[in-house]
Amino acid sequence: MSKYTEEQLEQELKTQEYKYGFYTDIESETFAKGLNEDVVRAISKKKNEPQWMTDWRLDAFRVWEKMEEPEWANVHYEKPKFQDIAYYSAPKEKPKLNSLDEVDPELLDTFKRLGISLDEQKKLANVAVDIVIDSVSVATTFKKTLGEKGIIFMPISEAIQEHPELVRKYLGTIVPTTDNFYAALNSAVFSDGSFCYIPKGVRCPMELSTYFRINEGGTGQFERTLVVADKGSYVSYLEGCTAPSRDENQLHAAVVELVAMDDAEIKYSTVQNWYPGNKEGKGGVYNFVTKRGLCENNAKISWTQVETGSAVTWKYPSCILKGNNSVGEFYSIAVTNNYQQADTGTKMIHLGKNTKSTIISKGISAGKSQNSYRGLVQIGARAENARNFSQCDSLLMGNLCGAHTFPYIEVKNKTAQVEHEATTSKIGEEQLFYCNQRGIDTEKAIALIVNGFSKDVLNKLPMEFAVEAQKLLEISLEGSVG
Amino acid sequence: MLKIENLHASIENKSILKGLSLEVKAGEVHAIMGPNGAGKSTLANIIAGKDEYEVTEGNIQLNGEDIGELAPEERAHNGVFLSFQYPVEIPGVSVTNFIKTAINETRKAKGLEDMPAKDMLKMIREKSELLEIDRKFLSRSLNEGFSGGEKKRNEIFQMAMLEPKLAILDETDSGLDIDALRIVANGVNKLKSKDNAVIVITHYQRLLDYIVPDFVHVLYDGKIVKSGDASLALELEAKGYDWIKQELV
Repeated sequence: MSKYTEEQLEQELKTQEYKYGFYTDIESETFAKGLNEDVVRAISKKKNEPQWMTDWRLDAFRVWEKMEEPEWANVHYEKPKFQDIAYYSAPKEKPKLNSLDEVDPELLDTFKRLGISLDEQKKLANVAVDIVIDSVSVATTFKKTLGEKGIIFMPISEAIQEHPELVRKYLGTIVPTTDNFYAALNSAVFSDGSFCYIPKGVRCPMELSTYFRINEGGTGQFERTLVVADKGSYVSYLEGCTAPSRDENQLHAAVVELVAMDDAEIKYSTVQNWYPGNKEGKGGVYNFVTKRGLCENNAKISWTQVETGSAVTWKYPSCILKGNNSVGEFYSIAVTNNYQQADTGTKMIHLGKNTKSTIISKGISAGKSQNSYRGLVQIGARAENARNFSQCDSLLMGNLCGAHTFPYIEVKNKTAQVEHEATTSKIGEEQLFYCNQRGIDTEKAIALIVNGFSKDVLNKLPMEFAVEAQKLLEISLEGSVG
Repeated sequence: MLKIENLHASIENKSILKGLSLEVKAGEVHAIMGPNGAGKSTLANIIAGKDEYEVTEGNIQLNGEDIGELAPEERAHNGVFLSFQYPVEIPGVSVTNFIKTAINETRKAKGLEDMPAKDMLKMIREKSELLEIDRKFLSRSLNEGFSGGEKKRNEIFQMAMLEPKLAILDETDSGLDIDALRIVANGVNKLKSKDNAVIVITHYQRLLDYIVPDFVHVLYDGKIVKSGDASLALELEAKGYDWIKQELV
């Protein structure tokens, strides 16, 4: 029998740990590629999560393993190789830069055209800001105001530690782990995200923006958001940023869950500007998102989205109108250019009496892109006097792009009123010539026409966001007409 | 102001203008009349720079400068205005927003700052009164759901706002009832000055009762075949275009 050295003992212990999923050195930043139960355990461990959370993730993983990637969407892409992805990487420190001169000039140019302030530009590009008093004081005041009202707004990883009872009560209740392939994957491996709780009767005094969230690292590939508005409360939540996001990760699968209790209202606004790939259609982010909200009695949820980025988008922010007199709204602008593909829309599930939903979808296709609206309006048997109004407009630029509409309507109650309107138009030579004749060049004319087309939705965005979104539309469509 | 020499133009190899010459001086009003298909609207579009037409011969000068190679917006910046026969709709863009953009883009091209909102408002107020335009009208989407008369009145409102050097009114009278015709004509007359010029394109002499031309030209088969003073329009009205055709044979 060979001598059992200290070294060998140590080696064996390490191997043991490996077996149980503690195989990675605590200091290491990224896990090896691939996904199995050990990796899920390790992620949970890494985040120091309680056992119930680990089990929740494992359940999700076991479901995911048996699921097939969905193929019904009107998008074509090379499927991600799920065993070829590293599922945990700590928010990487972006290289600190000393001044804006060191930032990619193309990025700076976009910032400038979006009208983003110099300080904000620095923050977004991770430039050390010498005089941080402004942003620090804003953040501090912000935190204080929220704290006084009892509003909780923090990274979900922190919320799991600090408010486990709240997170545990609602997590996965709106989008169950078994919901779909990507939701299951997200549940198993989500890295971080946001948690927000508005107490009873509290009206959140400011727009909650992830921009102000303290400790926000890279949001990561698998973001998880949970917003709970208690009875009679109100919150407006802004997600994303109009600044371009240059993420190296190919696959993004986020989950957002909203809970609007009796008489509560949640406004959720998103600007998505992930890297869409280059003009030849190489690269770009796959954005497969599950967003859903539940409305109790007299509650209201509004989804407003401006989608300009990503190579492939697959996203249907939905409302379950469970309570009587509850209201669901979906306002969307989806822009596709070059080789982008978007299959996006909503689901309005009417269960309660006198429930109302509104869908306004504006799709803009340019280049060789494909833009699909897919929406479901479902009126349950008990949903007396439910009403829906849907309007889906498509605007085409050039002859090589496509716009598609897939409305699904299922009505099981005779008292329902469901209206659907759809239009398709094209930016015509005549419109452009008319604008040109008035001294407006073609680029500006397109921006004008597109903004006019999108107005109904832009108006739903919080003021400042709307101005930036408008500029973003212009930039996204630049060079799309000869 | 405008000098057109021996202009030949075609669309999809179909020859439309066949050696047209025309000179318009500042302070003048010219009427161009002629039967359908004579090339009247083509002429208007070519002066404005629509690129579906191909100019095969001749040239167009604006204040001594050849504008043949200029983009439509550059011609607009140089003071060319076309009141369209069929103005297009731009949903979601209000009349106010559109005219604001047009004015500021033109100013930008000249290296000027945006017009201050206060000045813009004052100007809008003045010009809308001049054309008896209801303020509510200004917040509506451009030409969307407008009646024929509203569309034409809106064209002249834009002309008033942009203060062009050369205004071309392409069949501005079509679709107008007699009251609207009077308001539009009245607007044009008030905007006339010794520094600008107007070309009125029309089928009928009716509009010329209100906007009295200094010169009347008859356009037939791609050429100006007859020119005269305002009385020529009356003669045409009385005798019809066949008279011209016969004279040419």
